[in-house]
Amino acid sequence: MTEAALRIEGLCKSFGSLVATDDLHLDIAPGEIHAIIGPNGAGKTTLIAQLSGELRSDRGRVSFAGRDITSMSMPARSALGLARSFQVTSIFQDFSALDNVALAVQAQAGHSFHFWRPAQKDPRLQDPAREALARIGLGDRGDVPAANLSHGEQRQLEIAMALATRPSLLLLDEPMAGMGRDESRHMVDLLQGLKGDHTIVLIEHDMDAVFALADRITVLVYGRAIATGAPAQIRADRAVRAAYLGTESSTDIGDA
Amino acid sequence: MNRQQIWISLITLTLFAVVPPLTVLFDQPFYLDMFARIMILAIAAVSLDLILGHGGMVSFGHAVYMGIGAYAVGILSYYGIDNGFIQFPLAMLASALIGLIFGAMSLRTSGVYFIMITLAFAQMLFFLAISLEEFGGDDGMSAARSEFAGLIDMYDGVQFYYLIFACLALVLYLLHRLVLSRFGMVIRASRSNEKRMHAIGYPTYRYKLAAFTIAGTICGLAGALFANLNEFVSPDVMHWTHSGEIMVMVIMGGIGTLIGPVLGASAFLLLEEYLPEWMEMVMTNGGEHWAIVMGPILIAIVLFGRGGIHALFASRGKIGVKQND
Ligand SMILES: Nc1ncnc2c1ncn2[C@@H]1O[C@H](COP(=O)(O)OP(=O)(O)O)[C@@H](O)[C@H]1O
Ligand SMILES: [Mg+2]
Repeated sequence: MTEAALRIEGLCKSFGSLVATDDLHLDIAPGEIHAIIGPNGAGKTTLIAQLSGELRSDRGRVSFAGRDITSMSMPARSALGLARSFQVTSIFQDFSALDNVALAVQAQAGHSFHFWRPAQKDPRLQDPAREALARIGLGDRGDVPAANLSHGEQRQLEIAMALATRPSLLLLDEPMAGMGRDESRHMVDLLQGLKGDHTIVLIEHDMDAVFALADRITVLVYGRAIATGAPAQIRADRAVRAAYLGTESSTDIGDA
Repeated sequence: MNRQQIWISLITLTLFAVVPPLTVLFDQPFYLDMFARIMILAIAAVSLDLILGHGGMVSFGHAVYMGIGAYAVGILSYYGIDNGFIQFPLAMLASALIGLIFGAMSLRTSGVYFIMITLAFAQMLFFLAISLEEFGGDDGMSAARSEFAGLIDMYDGVQFYYLIFACLALVLYLLHRLVLSRFGMVIRASRSNEKRMHAIGYPTYRYKLAAFTIAGTICGLAGALFANLNEFVSPDVMHWTHSGEIMVMVIMGGIGTLIGPVLGASAFLLLEEYLPEWMEMVMTNGGEHWAIVMGPILIAIVLFGRGGIHALFASRGKIGVKQND
């Protein structure tokens, strides 16, 4: 049996009396796209925050490629090859799109105690950054301040930054949120292209995207995983239909 | 940092450079002292701009590092060590060390707590200086000017002036490079969005601490020069109001522009010098109430002059977010 890319064992997180993550067990296989779906407030973002190290878990264990990362800081996890994107766009608003990505490249290029040479003229940062931007479809938007990008472009920049850290595991929190139809389709194509090279944990409300991309799906309700399985299995699952998907339509999942 | 800032820097430095011949020409030695003082405070303000403007660290006790630098010179001179080649490195080393210690503790907090804790540390050293009877307590102590093995005569006003000038120019150039370097990108991006920095893999604390220490070191240099200028050191240099004044210089001049704080220091010290005189002309005893005018000027600059004096010279729409537009 191959080792799980990410192993989650008995993970818990409460906010006061509210249980956001409730004794979660989950193995993410290397190279798979594992979608996590669930209604608003199910604890999806909280889980991403725990996995990325932004939030400290109350209990449980997270291992990444066989390594216990439960008490590791966010930067340390990132250095191991774990990257995330944010549901609420989190970019460097006052930097150009290119500089945003170049910063992500720089993060993986050793320490940054270099005080002399201008970073913005360094091809070792600029070239990979340009490449990442082009790959995501922002090739001609590099010089635009991130704040002036459209919402959809900012969402793309989110992903470009995560990719530029050359991660093996991507935690994507609703990458298509608020995107137009074409942008969404482009994103689906992109994620499809990443498959194989990257393990992806995908949180997404767009069910078309989820069922098109996911190898497996976990359904989260009130912090609990009520089902995990292949898309067809999930679609057919009685408990899932009752709790979440609604009886008649598998694409109706309510608002984002 | 852009082309415009470089031009403004070059013009400003050129103006500083021609002050000594002008003061000789017009026989106004007072101005030599005045502009020497301005440049020293400019060094302090520029160092604060590194962490405040570029790093977003609102250090409210920055004058303490001037104090450390000044006291290092004063205390060494008290023990008969007048050699500047020993005094200046030690002054900067001491400020670096204190910066490292204070920074290490302060940077564990953020927001208003950071402001308060940096202020508290500064006050701590202020009261420590007051309690040092051996070194004059709150009366302060006199300090001979440094000796540089006969290379520079610090009692020669013009030579001393150009030493300060060289320090300011060097500090501006080094920080200009630093801000654009990989390190500078990390500092600026941490100010912009620290959570994102963590997420893409930067342990930001160590970079912020390094920046904080560098700022303290440079401010220590300003302090060492300040002790020389006054031939005197007292706890007042570390008083929180002095920290506040340095911060006002940064904001007045244009935060995050490096050269702006130099303009801010100039404007602040010139206003402080001449506002009382001007007010005396307008009304009797007006000079005593100069702060009544100074206050609103500062508030107006903060409220309406986004970008400070620097923005008056830089073309519009070049500040902040729209910088690369
Ligand atoms: N920092 C927090 N403090 C208190 N409650 C929180 C916090 N973050 C999330 N929650 C709560 O935890 C639950 C799960 O939230 P979240 O993980 O954002 O859900 P999802 O991403 O699935 O919509 C929600 O009820 C939310 O209100
Ligand atoms: Mg969410």
